[in-house]
Amino acid sequence: MSRLRAMLSTTAVRLSALYLGLFALCAVALVFYVTAISEGMQRDRTQDAIANELRIVAGAYRGGGVAGLVRIIERRSRRPGANLYAIAAPTGELIAGNIASLQPGVLDSEGWSPVPFRYERIGERVDEDHRALAQVVFLGNGMRLMVGRDIGEREQVRGLVRQALVMALAIMFVGALAIWFLVGRRALRRIDHMSEASKKILAGDLSQRLPVNGSGDEFDRLSLSLNTMLGRIAQLNEGLRQVSDNIAHDLKTPLTRLRNRAEAALADGGVEAQTEALEQMIADSDQLIRTFNALLMISRVEAGSSTAQMTDVDLSGLALDAADLYEPVAEEEGVKLTAKVEPGIIIRGNRELLAQALSNLIDNAVKYVGDGPDPRIAVTLGRSGNQIRLAVTDNGHGVPANRREDVVKRFVRLDESRSKPGTGLGLSLVQAVAALHGGHLLLDDASPEARDHPGLAATMALPGGK
Amino acid sequence: MKILIIEDDLETAAYLSKAFREAGITVDHASDGDSGFFLASENSYDVLVVDRMLPRRDGLSIISELREKGDDTPALILSALGQVDDRVTGLRAGGDDYLTKPYAFSELLARIEILGRRKGGREQETTYRVGDLELDRLSHEVRRAGQQILLQPREYRLLEYLMKNAGQVVTRTMLLEHVWDYHFDPQTNVIDVHISRLRSKIEKDFGEPLLRTVRGAGYMMKAGG
Repeated sequence: MSRLRAMLSTTAVRLSALYLGLFALCAVALVFYVTAISEGMQRDRTQDAIANELRIVAGAYRGGGVAGLVRIIERRSRRPGANLYAIAAPTGELIAGNIASLQPGVLDSEGWSPVPFRYERIGERVDEDHRALAQVVFLGNGMRLMVGRDIGEREQVRGLVRQALVMALAIMFVGALAIWFLVGRRALRRIDHMSEASKKILAGDLSQRLPVNGSGDEFDRLSLSLNTMLGRIAQLNEGLRQVSDNIAHDLKTPLTRLRNRAEAALADGGVEAQTEALEQMIADSDQLIRTFNALLMISRVEAGSSTAQMTDVDLSGLALDAADLYEPVAEEEGVKLTAKVEPGIIIRGNRELLAQALSNLIDNAVKYVGDGPDPRIAVTLGRSGNQIRLAVTDNGHGVPANRREDVVKRFVRLDESRSKPGTGLGLSLVQAVAALHGGHLLLDDASPEARDHPGLAATMALPGGK
Repeated sequence: MKILIIEDDLETAAYLSKAFREAGITVDHASDGDSGFFLASENSYDVLVVDRMLPRRDGLSIISELREKGDDTPALILSALGQVDDRVTGLRAGGDDYLTKPYAFSELLARIEILGRRKGGREQETTYRVGDLELDRLSHEVRRAGQQILLQPREYRLLEYLMKNAGQVVTRTMLLEHVWDYHFDPQTNVIDVHISRLRSKIEKDFGEPLLRTVRGAGYMMKAGG
């Protein structure tokens, strides 16, 4: 029952009910129109026939008087399928013809009877109801002549047409019901398949997909777009799972170290050793806090522009400032840091985030430029087409092409970098900041021709600007 | 100096009160927003330390209401919310400084000391003097023992900030905030290198060292004179 209700409430059913109704209305109107027209035609034909008959009979009257008239009437009355004839005396008594009785008043006026009237034919059963149309002529001596024709056949035809209409409507209705049932059930079955699949997905099986039967109909299209969405969700979910695994690993390690240090200091007992251990522990916790902050920041930046205030940022000034901030550190490490900045580049963005992203890039370069013969870092800012490119390049070992995608991920650090301090989140933040500003982070060889030291070119490609 | 701490976590409040007292600062404590606002309006403090999220009343609203009443006691906001825009909102509400939890006590102390002395600040002075070191804020000239020292613009601003707060501990993050306008923590200790460059210019070849490193906190320029 509920299944039937579900079927009746489908859009397909409602639409076909509407169509059925409209179609039935049209059919009825058409039938009425056709019968009205054909009735008119039949009436004209009947009247023509009567008028013709009347002319013949009148001819006989003019030739042979009343006697001639009666004779021709009697003769014609006896023909099979004869018309209706009556001659009435001035008293109203029917003196010749094939009519036993007439509806009163038919013979009272000359001309066409205004509406079909009832009559009885001689020799027929009284209870049979006949209707006729007739023309009446006054013969001048008080006698009246009536010539008419039964219209029962006409009414029969009309009845038949109407009956056919009812039949047709009934068949249409039954047919529509059958189609509803078949189509509706098919639709319901597909929906049932879809909801079964979604239940499994809800239960956590993100590998499930909604059924697609390849017909390309609306169900297929819906399933396909939902499947694409599921794919994206599964991908995000996978990313999230990886991150939480990473967090578990990368935060557990320093926490364990912290705990071990405390334990060791407690066991050791010496005041000096304990002081040193405590200081080291504070440094460790600071590093942990840094990692937490960086993670939070990345997720907030990734959450989008709604959380970050955008202003006009003087990117040229920002690039020079960052280079200026890091230049002494670089020099101390024996690295030459230069800046080549196109002046006057202003973009809509968040100054703090851009500054932090750039300093992450410079910080990385200083850390990983390595101990080559002439280590150099360049901060460059310029326009390229409709892009603004803010880049930090170095001439260190670079990042192998097959690892570039990885190093941008959270907590991913290349083996050779594990010995250096860092959270493994720097490039993730840079990428998130670039994305927030509608751009992206590109990693490439700085100078591919130098085999040993191709260097890394980390470029934030940002859109347009003013 | 007398300060008011409005902080709902009693353990933190007790720790802070004890530490401030040891540093010679008188401390009052309120553990919710309403009593904090009451104490701040009734008494006169040199600095307010306001936790941002408090029971009954938001920390920012305390500060903004005090400001509306014309009370401009310097206020430092403590918050677990540390993202870029949280800081901006905090300062816009009338806060004078913003510190993200967790923080080192030395950092908080340094900031409180500077906020507390700000009332009689040195903003008006055109020349800062520390020993025989002299900084002219109009001509941007720096001399030591009468001998001109050439500084890069950034080095000049660094020295100006240190001398303005002579006798006070200035932390690395404070230098980053005031000299570079950066409110994040660069992982490498970039500030130390800038300081050592500055030192080599203002102290090398001169007698008495003026700029001291305060272990675990930051730097301090010798008190002026």
